[in-house]
Amino acid sequence: MVDSEMVLTGQTMAYTFYCIVIILLVAWFSIKVTGKGDSLPVKPGLFYTFTAFLAVLGVSLHLITYNTIPWAEMDLNRDEYKPDKTFVIKVKDHQFIMPSEKLVINVNDKVLFDVQSEDLTYGFGLFRKDNSMMFQMQVVPGHRNDLLWHFDREGVYSIRSTEYSGPKGINMVLKDAVHVIPEGSAN
Amino acid sequence: MSFINTLIKGEGGLFKPESLTPMQKLLLRFVVVGLIYYGFVIIEGMLMRVYEIKPFPQISESQFFAILTAHPLVGIFGSTYSIVCGAFLFVVPFLMKKPLWSIKMGNWTFLLITIGTFIFWFAGFVSHYSPLYTLYWPLPADFTQFSVWGGTFFIVGIALIMVGTALFIINIFKTITYTPEGWDKQPAGKLLASALGLVAAKNLFSSKNEEHLVPLPVAAVARGSVDMALNTATILFTGVLILVYMVAAILGFDLKESAIDALLYKNWFWWGLDLIADGLVLIFVAGTWYLLAMMITGKPLFMQNIARAALLLELVVSWTVWSHHLLSDQAQPGMLKVVSGELVTAFELITQGLAFFITLATLWSARPLKMTPPLKFLLGGLLGFALAVPAGIMQADVGLNRILHNTQWVVGPHVHVAVLVGLTMTLYSAIYLLFPIVTNGAKMYSEKLVTIHFWCHLTGGIGMGAFMGIAGLNGMLRRTLYFNGEFSLLMILAAICGTLLLTGFLVFFYNIVMSVGLKGVIGIFTPAKVKTKDLVPAN
Repeated sequence: MVDSEMVLTGQTMAYTFYCIVIILLVAWFSIKVTGKGDSLPVKPGLFYTFTAFLAVLGVSLHLITYNTIPWAEMDLNRDEYKPDKTFVIKVKDHQFIMPSEKLVINVNDKVLFDVQSEDLTYGFGLFRKDNSMMFQMQVVPGHRNDLLWHFDREGVYSIRSTEYSGPKGINMVLKDAVHVIPEGSAN
Repeated sequence: MSFINTLIKGEGGLFKPESLTPMQKLLLRFVVVGLIYYGFVIIEGMLMRVYEIKPFPQISESQFFAILTAHPLVGIFGSTYSIVCGAFLFVVPFLMKKPLWSIKMGNWTFLLITIGTFIFWFAGFVSHYSPLYTLYWPLPADFTQFSVWGGTFFIVGIALIMVGTALFIINIFKTITYTPEGWDKQPAGKLLASALGLVAAKNLFSSKNEEHLVPLPVAAVARGSVDMALNTATILFTGVLILVYMVAAILGFDLKESAIDALLYKNWFWWGLDLIADGLVLIFVAGTWYLLAMMITGKPLFMQNIARAALLLELVVSWTVWSHHLLSDQAQPGMLKVVSGELVTAFELITQGLAFFITLATLWSARPLKMTPPLKFLLGGLLGFALAVPAGIMQADVGLNRILHNTQWVVGPHVHVAVLVGLTMTLYSAIYLLFPIVTNGAKMYSEKLVTIHFWCHLTGGIGMGAFMGIAGLNGMLRRTLYFNGEFSLLMILAAICGTLLLTGFLVFFYNIVMSVGLKGVIGIFTPAKVKTKDLVPAN
């Protein structure tokens, strides 16, 4: 199954390819525009084709991600899903107040994280052992901050606040706080 | 000419500050102050970069975040606003072929932006007030973390800049519409309609084309100024709101922070703030590209009517895109996320893409061109936005935002490449182009140094953005610190690129000082001896 690591790899490749192409294009233009040759007017047809290309590109990006990134649809329609587990986490005075010391999840569980701030705006993110991000959301006081996530593989994850909440916020890290264990294992 | 002589009198002794008109002095003052604040920003950036590699004891964590708070604001207001306001106060009357409505008001804009920037920077430096530019409620009023007095001065500094900005906007619109003494009555309403793009929109749907009374770059300035006005009102209102809490705290009252809804506030503030990032910056930049392309080639702009209409579209887009900043806010309605956050934001790919194409097509129409400093930097600026805008479109996606929001990706390939490569190189292009006009024929000290400046800035800016982007894709957050060297290698590489940027700036600054001389720099700040409302001396 596609997970956030794979999405990031795809994005890295696509954007790197684009960067190389656009840098080469501007370099080519710079050489050509200063080189010998006649000044040929650009045809309006080319302009309109380019405009249409941009419109298609802009819309298709979202269509592609909506249909290929598994959490996109689930996130927008999360009220229609029934979570296998729900964890209510409170945040106050730059501290995560957890329902238990470790959050244990079975592979293939759909888990709802319901994070409630009692003072400032914080963030809530899960990070892998190599520090890469699994997902994040904002935690706004006075509002429902719920994120539904499908865990499709085993792993141990740390929780970190992903939003600045003053200098005290840099210590908002709970190392190895989430354990995803094999399907059917007791927790 | 000896080195010392050149350092004092400038290259060939050609720059004579006593020959400058009040308008030339006004522009040069804006530019000098803008460049000094740009120097602040680069030094702050380097300090923070080194701190991100390994925190060092000379700077405390609270000081780091105070620098992080001041850094973008000094960059936007102290540097960019200064240069942009100065340039447009000169360029609008230049293109309209009439004097600026009020030089006095222009001088007030200069003073308020300069002093306001220093006040908020100094307040942050002394008190470590650091709610960041985002000011997420109720952080700015969290007096358990921040000094109320520091915060008060900080907000007052920002408010002064906003007042200066308001004066700039009045001056621009009055200059477009007023009738100078001794002139036939100007059609103010028609001029305004042309400036705002209503004529261009009408022409798109009419077989009979109405004449544009206002040159295209002036229309861009006018439309960007609309966003600037709305943004000024938003920030001023927000500032007053925060000040109410601060004054109450000073008087010993604790106003309940929760009286303000944090999400509503976030929507309000991002709506206003985005009028800079996704509004006036893009519109001003497109207008500047058009002006530069026309001045470099001496040819009319390609698809001029479409370009005018696109500027109007960009204005409307900029009012409706703010929700892409709230894609990770789960309480934000899904409809707003998709329509405003994704779809309307994607329009920026179109509007900025069109500006990119139109500028290149205009340059192409005049080939072969000479690779002059303005052309070189213009192409760099175009490349910067071509790299940064798609990076922004990618993060403005419900799926991708879940793993990109608040990472170094946002601030690297998107923000820093847009600002440092796209915007700054466009401004450098304008500076190199206008330099002989506003200095009455002074000569650049060294063309070789211009080339060094160009390559240092371009490679440094793109490189820094790239390494920050890689760090972001690997999970490195912005607005936080890492203490175990998790991303040190990438930050070292970004710092090397930052050093290139710093080198480029120092080379540029040295080149400019050697061009006008120390005497010339001082002369810019003395009262003008030439008493005229003309932009440049008559003879």
